[in-house]
Amino acid sequence: MLTFFGKRLLQLLPTLLFVSLIIFLLQHLLPGDPALVMAGEEKDPQVIAQIRAQYHLDQPIPIQYLYWLNGVVHGDLGESLRIKQPVLDLVLEKLPVTAQLATIAMLIALVIGIGAGVVSAVKKGSAWDYGANAFALWGISTPNFWLGIMLIFLFSVRLGWLPASGYVSLFEDWRTSLASTIMPAFVLGNAIAAILMRHTRSAMLTVLDSDYVRTARAKGLPERTVILKHAMRNALTPVITLGALEFGTLLSGAVLTEQIFSIPGFGKLIVDAVFNRDYAVVQGVVLVTATIYIVLNLLADIAYVLVNPRLRT
Amino acid sequence: MVDTTEQELLRLALPIESADSPRARAIRALLLRKAAVFGLLLIMLFTGLALLAPLIAPYDPTAQSWANVRKAPSLAHWFGTDEVGRDVLSRLLYGARASLVAGGISIAIALSIGAPLGMIAGYLGGFVDALLSRLTDAMLAIPFLILAIALAAFLGPSLGNAMIAIGVSTAPIFVRLTRAQVMTVKVEDYVEGARAVGNPRWRIAVVHILPNIVPALLVQATLSIAAAIIAEASLSFLGLGQQPPAPSWGSMLNSAQRFLASAPWLAIWPGIAIFLTVLSFNLVGDGLRDALDPRRR
Repeated sequence: MLTFFGKRLLQLLPTLLFVSLIIFLLQHLLPGDPALVMAGEEKDPQVIAQIRAQYHLDQPIPIQYLYWLNGVVHGDLGESLRIKQPVLDLVLEKLPVTAQLATIAMLIALVIGIGAGVVSAVKKGSAWDYGANAFALWGISTPNFWLGIMLIFLFSVRLGWLPASGYVSLFEDWRTSLASTIMPAFVLGNAIAAILMRHTRSAMLTVLDSDYVRTARAKGLPERTVILKHAMRNALTPVITLGALEFGTLLSGAVLTEQIFSIPGFGKLIVDAVFNRDYAVVQGVVLVTATIYIVLNLLADIAYVLVNPRLRT
Repeated sequence: MVDTTEQELLRLALPIESADSPRARAIRALLLRKAAVFGLLLIMLFTGLALLAPLIAPYDPTAQSWANVRKAPSLAHWFGTDEVGRDVLSRLLYGARASLVAGGISIAIALSIGAPLGMIAGYLGGFVDALLSRLTDAMLAIPFLILAIALAAFLGPSLGNAMIAIGVSTAPIFVRLTRAQVMTVKVEDYVEGARAVGNPRWRIAVVHILPNIVPALLVQATLSIAAAIIAEASLSFLGLGQQPPAPSWGSMLNSAQRFLASAPWLAIWPGIAIFLTVLSFNLVGDGLRDALDPRRR
């Protein structure tokens, strides 16, 4: 067991190193002089030379990478050119906002996705099954930014039930917070619900066809007990761990959702940084996102092994 | 929609000889799936509309008319007009070009990077495989759209750069898929046989392995085109794709957001267009996967 964790942790290091290399090279291998980009409108050769010296841009690229990596390891992701604040501070300020949105979105996705998947498998071939499959196809094919716009049109513009934009922390005022988060969270959770529904359906169909479920039925157990106690418990293990892997989809979706609903989170930070050519922030956000994704992947693997006794040896 | 009688006719219409070949069997299996046929018809419809846009669009998609600002759908403008009086239907028809071209080209870029690298990793194994696999893991760890946005931002906003950004961000999926497929196929007896008679490595890879992994790549490519169309619309929505005044569905949705209360049609039509196009590729992708997998037939 410990060997497994040790091996998985060791595998993390090269992946993280490659991620850092990709993010560093993003700026340095693409056309244009980073010093000129950082200087912005300022074309004074002295300022440009100062930037080159400050960011070690006058050094060979491998040395520049080592300087940058050393900073990253010590928690220095650089400084935002626009806001003049350390990138790490900005990231830590915005992270709770996106974390709240992502958590509620994941809860919505789990409830809808697993619910629809179980019903679809139990009532295979029925109108419920077709309805759930149609929902999954709709969820995968709908651009979430369009869904967001349509929900704003219906619930904010027409009905006036929910605020069209803004963010309130759950810890400040949970009612207002939920009112402002429910639409963006549904938009974000929708596509993941569709993916989880397909996986739940497939896992449930396999489990419902297995010998132990047949035995449980043969013993005369009520169908409800067979499905909730015997089938779901085994079918949902891989589905829940899959939820962690869908975190990347959540973060990708958050970029547009936060933009549409004017939520001051991680996604809005990267988009604002892109338009202000604030490359240190772009690099910082991408690096932190990838690290969170890798760590969640590891946790999903560990959870999968912990709940599956056959994999523990 | 194909009913049972039509399915029978379809079966009879296929020549007996060709029905024995794996390709004919797969095409027949695909055409027997109503959803996939519906998806194919939709793709053909959108491709036709995009190609014929200059002939069938009622107005110039960039022509502004201050007398026609935000007019609701009418006989003169079936889908209404936008905030500067441009005809929405004409912009939708021309916008289909940007979406379909971006979907196709970005996946062609992803395939041309991903498939050769995946073949090299899967076939050679060892250090090269370990290196390419770690690089793929690292790229897959960065959420797809965030990587595409970062790349598009560094390259500069344009439709061409958006296609490169989407293509490069999608490539790791093809590296991983091709590698896995090659590792399965390379231990087959016929590959061993080809090796035993002295075929060079490149010939075994191209002539004996590649044709056998094409079906899996085809399924993934179709599903990836759907994702690429959404990605292009997303980048254009953010202003990193097609640049104004050229029409694209994503940028049309961006400007529509400001006029939701007074002109909701501006947001409805481009969204439906993206949804139907993406749906059609998903339907064909799902159908192809089922048709090419003997266990699912």
